Amino acid sequence: MRQATSPQDATASSPARALPGDVDETLALLGAGNYVADRSLATALFLALKLARPLFLEGEAGVGKTEIAKVLADTLGRRLIRLQCYEGLDIASAAYEWNYSRQMIEIRLAEAAGGANRDALARDIYAESFLIKRPLLQALEADLAGPPVLLIDELDRTDEPFEAYLLELLADYQVTIPELGTVAAASPPIVVVTSNRTREIHDALKRRCFYYWVDYPSAEREMQILRVKAPRAGEALARQVVAFVQKLRGRDLFKLPGVAETIDWADALVQLDKVALDPQAIDDTLGVLLKYQDDIARIRGSEAAHLLGQVKAELAAGAR
Amino acid sequence: MAGDPPRSAGPAEPQASRLADNLTYFARTLRAAGLPIGPGRVIDALKAVEAVGVGTRDDLYWTLHAVFVNRREQQPIFDQAFHIFWRNPQLLQKMLMAMLPSIDAGGATEEEREPMLRRLAEAFSSERDGAGDGRESEEEEIEFDAAMTYSARELLQKTDFESLSNAEIEAAKRMIAAMRLPIMTVRTRRYATDRNGRRIDLRATMRAQLRSGGAIPLRYRKPRRRHPPLVVLCDISGSMSRYSRLLLHFMHAITNDRDRVHSFLFGTRLTNITRHLRQRDVDLALARVATKVEDWSGGTRIGACLAEFNAHWSRRVLGQGAVVLLITDGLDREGGEGLDREMERLHKSCRRLIWLNPLLRFEGYEPKAQGARAILPHVDDFRTVHNLDSLDALGRVLSSPGQRRLEAQRSYRAVIAGRG
Repeated sequence: MRQATSPQDATASSPARALPGDVDETLALLGAGNYVADRSLATALFLALKLARPLFLEGEAGVGKTEIAKVLADTLGRRLIRLQCYEGLDIASAAYEWNYSRQMIEIRLAEAAGGANRDALARDIYAESFLIKRPLLQALEADLAGPPVLLIDELDRTDEPFEAYLLELLADYQVTIPELGTVAAASPPIVVVTSNRTREIHDALKRRCFYYWVDYPSAEREMQILRVKAPRAGEALARQVVAFVQKLRGRDLFKLPGVAETIDWADALVQLDKVALDPQAIDDTLGVLLKYQDDIARIRGSEAAHLLGQVKAELAAGAR
Repeated sequence: MAGDPPRSAGPAEPQASRLADNLTYFARTLRAAGLPIGPGRVIDALKAVEAVGVGTRDDLYWTLHAVFVNRREQQPIFDQAFHIFWRNPQLLQKMLMAMLPSIDAGGATEEEREPMLRRLAEAFSSERDGAGDGRESEEEEIEFDAAMTYSARELLQKTDFESLSNAEIEAAKRMIAAMRLPIMTVRTRRYATDRNGRRIDLRATMRAQLRSGGAIPLRYRKPRRRHPPLVVLCDISGSMSRYSRLLLHFMHAITNDRDRVHSFLFGTRLTNITRHLRQRDVDLALARVATKVEDWSGGTRIGACLAEFNAHWSRRVLGQGAVVLLITDGLDREGGEGLDREMERLHKSCRRLIWLNPLLRFEGYEPKAQGARAILPHVDDFRTVHNLDSLDALGRVLSSPGQRRLEAQRSYRAVIAGRG
């Protein structure tokens, strides 16, 4: 692997693997973590790594957004720090909290000792040792293995004020604590932000990141994914599964099946000892693919059989 | 640049500057086509291209894509702009040469058959011959600027929108603009310091303690309250046209009064007009809406429009417990086909669904139209909206929690069963 040259990489040259030097290496890196990616995604990721900017991934549920961060942490040998967002997520559980009970004891002790200097005491109890570090602050700490991977998952679930709080972190890799001052990262962490788009994320935040829309994969790409992720499914079955799912994505459904569903479905069919799709098997396992009753009712039965007929005809035509 | 990797051909200095020129020019084209690209982005793009290297056309495409595009909707514009701008396959030579790419706004070359996006075509042409479209002179309307007397206002409040004269409409618009719509607040999971709160705010307590010493002065906090997102779905078909004009003003007023308001219009198709209504100037905003919407005063396909809303928008705008205002008379060209199913889904995806129907003003209105009968079982509240008073009353409805879902459902089912 080529030695990285930019200054932020130099500080991270430790036991962990070095950052990829170009797009091809990034692609290889993801491949090593069993993640089959488009070149476009590898480009965006490479840029994020190279220019030390957060990567903002948006896309439907189940297309593998979270997985990217996990694979990245795994293959680079970095620590993965995950912040799962939810409505009402606040600074105390995302960034830091003061250890109030310890602070109180400290004050009592000082008073018991007598002659407590109020200013000195204030300085003492608002020291770093009284700080409980939550994920965002942990991500700024220096790590032996190199800067950690910070995954801010499903950012759309939290509210706008929290988004605004993140701006400082994402732009300058620092957190300001009013009582203590600014805590800056020794070396910037690798930040991956994901969103399911249940609401629009503000442009100010997107501006600070590289944006990438994770789309459903093409048939060919999905085939590669199945080979890696569901190796027990035979080639013929995998081909049928992929073709069927691709057909489903063309239908007017409320929730289209993602890659995760494809993998689950292939696994489910393997568990049922199927080597090829048949209408009965599809009807029995449709709940793995579709998660809305309306969608299932629409596809189950004759529609599924019809789609399967098309899939088989196309595969036969392709083989000839 | 010192750390620049050595390039394969040519002196590095002019090449870099030519690249910067081209990128700047490209960014300006995109900006003219409506993408929000500032100077900072251009610098980013330059760095990005240097980092990736100008290897293949694909790499350049995705490099610039990563920098310039941050919305899915921008992809087609970027895609076309890129292919037209960097048309020449000998890209590197092109960059080395001291000339900007020649842009043909008309797409004159024969092989380029693909139709250019209109915005993009305009962007290219305005880049070339400079902006210069004369504004059409707008027709001036006679305005009443004298403040109305109290009694006149009183009368206006109760007048049906349908029977307002043009002058009265102007006055009504002004009153709508001044309207503030209260909306119920819901508890969030965040806390704010509050003297009467139940929970102890430890952080504030610690700070107060340092200030006072001695006994610990407790500080309290309580959950913060916030209004949920509001989604307005307004019918603009022929039967509603008299109302929709003023209701648009109403939608503009509430959009600019608070955050998290999303507005949609539907007739034969659904149009999201949220961004257009954000424009503070009401006339500008409505003019923009007018250009965007293509199905004014036509027929209604409520079922199909709601289906589109459910499929494409509900997950994006109905998060975090939204309140939905559905404004329609329930007269459906397609006889309420598929409406029941879509209403049920809409109802289940939001916190509260309020149906505003101008026809309800008539004494003894019965939901006889098939569309209305399909809608009624799936709403939490059913109100009229035909004059300024009813808009005021809407404020009271929105600020109270309202009856519970099951009760509402039962009562509206009874209405249909009893009279239908």
